[in-house]
Amino acid sequence: MSRPKSRRERGREGSPWQGMWAVVGKEMADNLTSARMQVLEILIALSAVAAVYGAIQTIMDTVSQDPFVYLKLFTTSQDPLPAFVGFLGFLVPLIAIALGFDSVNSEFNRRTMSRVLAQPIYRDALLFGKFLANLFTLALVLTAIWLLIIGLGIVRLGVPPGGEEMARALWFLVATIFYGGIWLALAMVFSIIFRQPATAAMAAIGVWLFFTVFWSMISEVLAQVISPIRYGFPQEQIAQLQTAIWLSRVAPNTLYSEIALAILHPTVRALGLVLPIQLSGAILGTPLPLNQSLLLVWPHLTGLIAATILLFAVGYVMFQREEIRA
Amino acid sequence: MADFVVETRNLSKHYDGFAAVDKLNLRVREGEVFGILGPNGSGKTTTILMLLGLTEPTEGEVRVLGFDPVRQPLSVKARVGYMPDQVGFYDELTARENLIYIAKLNGIPRAEAYRRIDAALEQVGLTHVADHPVSTFSRGMKQRLGVADLLIKQPRLVILDEPTQGLDPAGALEFLNLIRDLKRQGISVILASHLLHQVQAICDRVGLFYRGRMVLEGTVQELAQQVLGGGYRVRVHAKGDTQAIMRNLRGLRDVIEVRQHEDDKYEVLAKRDLRPDVARAVVEANGNLLTLELEEPNLEEIYARYFEEVNHESAKVAA
Ligand SMILES: Nc1ncnc2c1ncn2[C@@H]1O[C@H](COP(=O)(O)OP(=O)(O)O)[C@@H](O)[C@H]1O
Ligand SMILES: [Mg+2]
Repeated sequence: MSRPKSRRERGREGSPWQGMWAVVGKEMADNLTSARMQVLEILIALSAVAAVYGAIQTIMDTVSQDPFVYLKLFTTSQDPLPAFVGFLGFLVPLIAIALGFDSVNSEFNRRTMSRVLAQPIYRDALLFGKFLANLFTLALVLTAIWLLIIGLGIVRLGVPPGGEEMARALWFLVATIFYGGIWLALAMVFSIIFRQPATAAMAAIGVWLFFTVFWSMISEVLAQVISPIRYGFPQEQIAQLQTAIWLSRVAPNTLYSEIALAILHPTVRALGLVLPIQLSGAILGTPLPLNQSLLLVWPHLTGLIAATILLFAVGYVMFQREEIRA
Repeated sequence: MADFVVETRNLSKHYDGFAAVDKLNLRVREGEVFGILGPNGSGKTTTILMLLGLTEPTEGEVRVLGFDPVRQPLSVKARVGYMPDQVGFYDELTARENLIYIAKLNGIPRAEAYRRIDAALEQVGLTHVADHPVSTFSRGMKQRLGVADLLIKQPRLVILDEPTQGLDPAGALEFLNLIRDLKRQGISVILASHLLHQVQAICDRVGLFYRGRMVLEGTVQELAQQVLGGGYRVRVHAKGDTQAIMRNLRGLRDVIEVRQHEDDKYEVLAKRDLRPDVARAVVEANGNLLTLELEEPNLEEIYARYFEEVNHESAKVAA
């Protein structure tokens, strides 16, 4: 026949999203009733309560003066507990990976994939529906925790939260959900690549460990190679540091902690290497308005989202090519 | 085209140069039960996947209910039910919940979906366990749930891949009855299997697949004609003059072979049902007819003979 090779590309009938909300509904219900998620919810709720109680102990005496006391609920640590932001740094990837690592391969293993794809839907709807359902679940859990923390604050601190504070806290919530999105996309890509859920989980956790534990060291070594110090000039040292910082931002957890830093600490005026010249004219210690803080982390946020979209696209292409025999 | 639910022209699927399906020309008529037979690896499943648009043909044309599964997969899948081999369900959900999900994916309004689900569960005899988790189901029950699953979208055509594999004889029999029900409802059925007597029991026509090609096609009678040159076997028990009886039997039209087993037992191989003629022949030879039994053409035999010949041919080529 004289038709071009791939006929599928030439305009498919109907909408790629047909049936997607059915998938979202089913997956959400699965997520919310699964024992795995319930364990994680308890874990994150316990750590939230512990961290926030610790924080409240520390900040009690400064409540009256501090206009951003509610943000301190997230950022203040009391030995031996880390601040809640610290908890989130590793709990969010953990939850995201737990949600995503078996989302595609389990359909193959249960032999439901071909039955589902024999319904009038495209694979797009299935994959995107699963991603959205997982993201919504994550958002739901994080929002509940967020409300819990603010609620604890209102009860224990005895001052009402201010508008600017709340806006910052909300942005922080949004950023945390996006941070979860990238790990979710990663876990789902592995769930497409590996037929064994255990392998997919190990791979995702491996990547996460790599970025949290090893990447900062590696980026320093790489910076020495990329921007070597030949003559010992200060410019060279600065260049090397800058390179190291940029490289370290490949790690999503670095991006996230910088975002949290800028949003939750209104006094932070620059991220990464701060040279005295950048601060000239600034009155140290005065808080930035919210939109300035957001401007600071805008590249970080878009970077997180772009990486999520990229990962999802990789998974999408692989899933489209896969032959459905189970 | 209107009277064919499936029509393929030179349909091929290659995996790295290996032809899993090779220039297949398949036509399935509206309302019939068509059996795709063949040994494992002969391309049955690959053919089915192409019919549903679940895998893209390397070459050739497919029409399913007049739609092109490559470009109009949604139209095809909205009207065609597919039960994969070893069909799976969400074990932690109940039978009903599994079907609700399928109804939602088909965009069926809720009230209508509930009605269809109740009717489907009733038809396959699972009403009493509708709200039990599927993890408690036996293999046979899951298979029947698979049929209920097909019925939800009220299909015009259903495609079943190895549906009776792993069922015990009673379960298989029950399942075949379900397929007969589908036919009675006017649904066309394509059934892939390597279990010959089951295919023979319910299929109007069969296609024998071998190495990606459909090497034989037709009703079981037609295949018997082609491969065995007959296929009807009449067993006769008659007392009397053996030679006269033998002579008369051999003289009948459409007889291929007559054999005498014991003293008064004969076996007549014929191209059609020769019972009346055989009876007359025995009587005319002054014999006493005691019993007369017909054995219909048997796929098992056709299959065995066909592959005997194929192997014979290839042995000759090799030699
Ligand atoms: N993804 C694949 N890659 C390569 N070969 C395959 C693939 N899928 C199936 N085959 C081959 O195609 C042939 C036909 O397979 P299949 O259609 O499943 O046979 P059947 O269903 O009749 O048992 C087999 O030889 C099988 O090994
Ligand atoms: Mg098969």
